[in-house]
Amino acid sequence: MITKRIIPCLDVRNGRVVKGVNFEGLSDVSSPVELADFYSKCGADELVFYDITASAEGRALFTDILCEAASKIFIPLTVGGGINTTEDFDRVLKCGADKVSVNSGAIKNPKLIYEAAKRYGDQCVVISADVKRVDGVFRVFAKGGRENTGMEAIEWIRHCVDSGAGEVVLNSIDTDGIKGGFDLEMLSAVCAAVNVPVIASGGAGCIDDFTRLFKTLPKVDAGLAASIFHFGEVSIKDLKKELKNQGIAVRI
Amino acid sequence: MIAIIDYGVGNLFSLKSSFASIGVEAVVTQDRETIEKSEKIILPGVGAFGDAIAKLNETTMAEVVKSEASKGKPIMGICLGMQLLFDKSYEYGEHDGLGLIKGEIRYIGEVIDKGLKIPHIGWNALKFTGEKSKIFKYLNDGDFVYFVHSYYGTDCIESTIATAEYSVPLTAAVCKNNVYGCQFHPEKSGDVGLKILKAFCEL
Repeated sequence: MITKRIIPCLDVRNGRVVKGVNFEGLSDVSSPVELADFYSKCGADELVFYDITASAEGRALFTDILCEAASKIFIPLTVGGGINTTEDFDRVLKCGADKVSVNSGAIKNPKLIYEAAKRYGDQCVVISADVKRVDGVFRVFAKGGRENTGMEAIEWIRHCVDSGAGEVVLNSIDTDGIKGGFDLEMLSAVCAAVNVPVIASGGAGCIDDFTRLFKTLPKVDAGLAASIFHFGEVSIKDLKKELKNQGIAVRI
Repeated sequence: MIAIIDYGVGNLFSLKSSFASIGVEAVVTQDRETIEKSEKIILPGVGAFGDAIAKLNETTMAEVVKSEASKGKPIMGICLGMQLLFDKSYEYGEHDGLGLIKGEIRYIGEVIDKGLKIPHIGWNALKFTGEKSKIFKYLNDGDFVYFVHSYYGTDCIESTIATAEYSVPLTAAVCKNNVYGCQFHPEKSGDVGLKILKAFCEL
């Protein structure tokens, strides 16, 4: 049976991991390649590189880093951030990315998902949605969660999947950074609406949050987190061991 | 030297890198002479069967692969590359494959439980069938590999060397003499995948 995936996310700006990390055995704590390699050895099932660079120089650095990571690390790599055109897909896929995640780019250009899926296949296109409750309604936010698009989130996600997105990353702005657990209510609504893999993001604070996620919502395929892994609050090895003890299928 | 057949589909960066990481020279090529001189051949592939087999034929790579296979050279098809080795596929129509592995390619939705997600995507455990294949010599039964596919090989029981459970056992790897196929991606399956490539290089 397919296992639940644990996915660390690395935010990269100007070629460096944004949040400083401190792991024993890592000589350069802000090198994305070293950190990615470390996670891969700890049992991460997949890695997400998120490009938060604004400049063209930074973008070129990012693709260099991606190439280096992909030449050393042999697990699936997803790339996101600054993906606005099919040329952007091309740029990162050539460097060894397996999947490309789109967020604001899909909101600005409604045909992006369809065109990319047609060219590279559904399995390659990930819709990443930043969602927040506004007056009791799930709304899609753009620009890194700063701008309310006014669109109803479940409808939007379903539309993206119908257009060819093969996977959904749901980032709940409401639970993000609070470390009180994933947004199970929001995730449940998304799982009921689509039949492609759903990746939970935003809110993980401890191992129990992952256990609860997979036990409560068996249709969720993966849990994604950043700082709790970077700061060593949760070790991927311990996390997967505990999930296995709890009877959840994981790759160990 | 390993020849990775380039017929214009997909990105072969990770595949090439994975051989480099185990210290084996691999070239991405569609040059007949280079392929003939190679010790082993990798047939990659992503996308749809119909497009891929058309491109293999157009570039004459289909003929080269078949002729090298008949000489006994080890060949490994990966993902869609494995499916192309089969007799026939029913992905969007009906297409003839290379006919190196007896069997057909069909939609997994026809056999798996309703409600399971398609594609079959993620890490799944290998279950060896029959005698352990040489390409699995460094592996243990139950090791995990990475899959992404919506179609699968069927009617190929005599060449199946491993399956993966997705409510039913799906064909994960096949072998007929010197011709091998992996439905999963060894180049994306961490150390386990690299061990398969290493064993293949040592054939």
